[in-house]
Amino acid sequence: MPAISVENLVVAYGAHTAVHDVSFTVSPGEIVGLLGVNGAGKTSTVEVIEGYRRPTAGQVRVLDLDPVADHGSVAARMGVLLQEDALYPGARPEELLRLFAHLYDTEPGEADTLIEAVKLTDSRHTAVRKLSGGEKRRLGLALALIGSPPVLILDEPTSGVDVAGRRIIRDLVKARREAGTAVLLTTHELDEAQRMADRLVIIHEGRVIAEGSVEELTAGRIGSGIRFQAPPGLQISELATTIGVAVTEPEPGSYFVAGEANPELVARITVWMAERGVMVGDLRAGRHHLEDVFLMITDQAETGETPNPPRSSPRSRRSGRSEGTPT
Amino acid sequence: MSLRRWRAQTRMELALVSRNGESLLLTLALPVMILVFFSVVDVLPTGSIGGDPVDFLAPGVLALAVMSSALVNLAIGTGFDRQYGVLKRLGATPLTRLELLAAKVAVVLIVEAVQLTILVLVGVALGWSPGTGLILVVLGSLLATVGFAGIGLTLAGTLPGLVALAAANGLYFVLLLSSGMIIPLDELPDSARPLLRLLPSTALADIAHGAVGVNSGLGARPWLVLLVWGLVAPLVAARLFTWEPAR
Repeated sequence: MPAISVENLVVAYGAHTAVHDVSFTVSPGEIVGLLGVNGAGKTSTVEVIEGYRRPTAGQVRVLDLDPVADHGSVAARMGVLLQEDALYPGARPEELLRLFAHLYDTEPGEADTLIEAVKLTDSRHTAVRKLSGGEKRRLGLALALIGSPPVLILDEPTSGVDVAGRRIIRDLVKARREAGTAVLLTTHELDEAQRMADRLVIIHEGRVIAEGSVEELTAGRIGSGIRFQAPPGLQISELATTIGVAVTEPEPGSYFVAGEANPELVARITVWMAERGVMVGDLRAGRHHLEDVFLMITDQAETGETPNPPRSSPRSRRSGRSEGTPT
Repeated sequence: MSLRRWRAQTRMELALVSRNGESLLLTLALPVMILVFFSVVDVLPTGSIGGDPVDFLAPGVLALAVMSSALVNLAIGTGFDRQYGVLKRLGATPLTRLELLAAKVAVVLIVEAVQLTILVLVGVALGWSPGTGLILVVLGSLLATVGFAGIGLTLAGTLPGLVALAAANGLYFVLLLSSGMIIPLDELPDSARPLLRLLPSTALADIAHGAVGVNSGLGARPWLVLLVWGLVAPLVAARLFTWEPAR
């Protein structure tokens, strides 16, 4: 039985439908990453799972309970890290953890264990308002972990966290996964999703457009790809026509060629650039990046092509430029 | 309702109030300063009442203190809790709404007990003799707390944190000046008095003045006014209060 089950979820706010017929599950001992651009419907989906709002249609179950109707039972077995810090600014980490230990009816001593686990021992008596952004995220995670809940919902857990802090968070979440906790992770940081998640669900315009492991999502369909840096604003439609594969500029000055990397394709790109007197920088071929896959899948959704694997017929708009025919 | 969760939340809220300088200024320092300053420096138009200024001011300041805790402080604190997402976060824990509200009410009552004790001692030091009517002030304060809290939670649950702060502070000064707390109602325009007597702050001040102040006799009207506010304001708060931050 999945720990979290979302079936044909629809969330509407008046005339605006934020989530259309979304379905996925999270099993015990699994980390599922819920990915999507801003406004994709991640927060609305998660808020239904957390019991903050009722679904307009469809069904959500957490540990086979209704998150709204059985809120008390679900809350006692679900740890939550919200996107915002959501902490009393005047409170201190130790007293917040002790408060939560009482709320979750667990031993107050667990507060000390978690303070050490998230490396806040030196800041345990410091007011929250004086903590750094990374310290607040680690404290938020510790509060989510108290009582060892079987379900964790983590919204942007590594946002604003330094490299060392990210490793602490990653290790703690993975340790809970090993202990059988079901983890739903929403993030914009695709590198983190790639490092942590066993399975990814990509949402675009309120619809699931792809689902699978990182390996499944990055395999086959889009080729291995070539990335390079060059001055922003290149005529990528012309380049795509010349080399015969799709080219995108996901960020200004950063380009992605969606073909199978081979010496001939690299040569065609560099010749095209040389003819225009443009210097190529940081050219990398044959490496898969979740970011590339994510952009490609959302591009495919945007152009109405079948994403990998097929889930819907999406329409969308995202930032960045795209030209050519994806292979 | 879990007593363990309620006690823990009450401890947390009490700790936050006790280390919040603005809160202490509003609930303790300002009422004490008003009582001491205007009792010693005779600048308020309390002459029409007769007797020492402290005999008029002390009951009024008791009412003011209750209002500052149950309305203004509660509105500001809860408004910022909501704005910071703390209420939303607590909503994802096993703490129920009833337990949260009961914790907030408990903190208001504890603060009021401290306020009333200190203000009575300061008043006595200034020459005031409250007598046995204090029990009526306590009863009136309990009833007024319900109505004030309803108003405070309505502000906190509907307005963004900073707007709730401004509204609560604005209301504080308007009610301070118009409710007969430090300026006798008789000094205010005749046409406004019937309306002002319908305010919970005026009703509590009336009860305080009647019980331990210079007014003789205590009618049923202020009790009725407080009762109505105590029924209506919490209902309005329950209807309008939203837990998520204002966007």
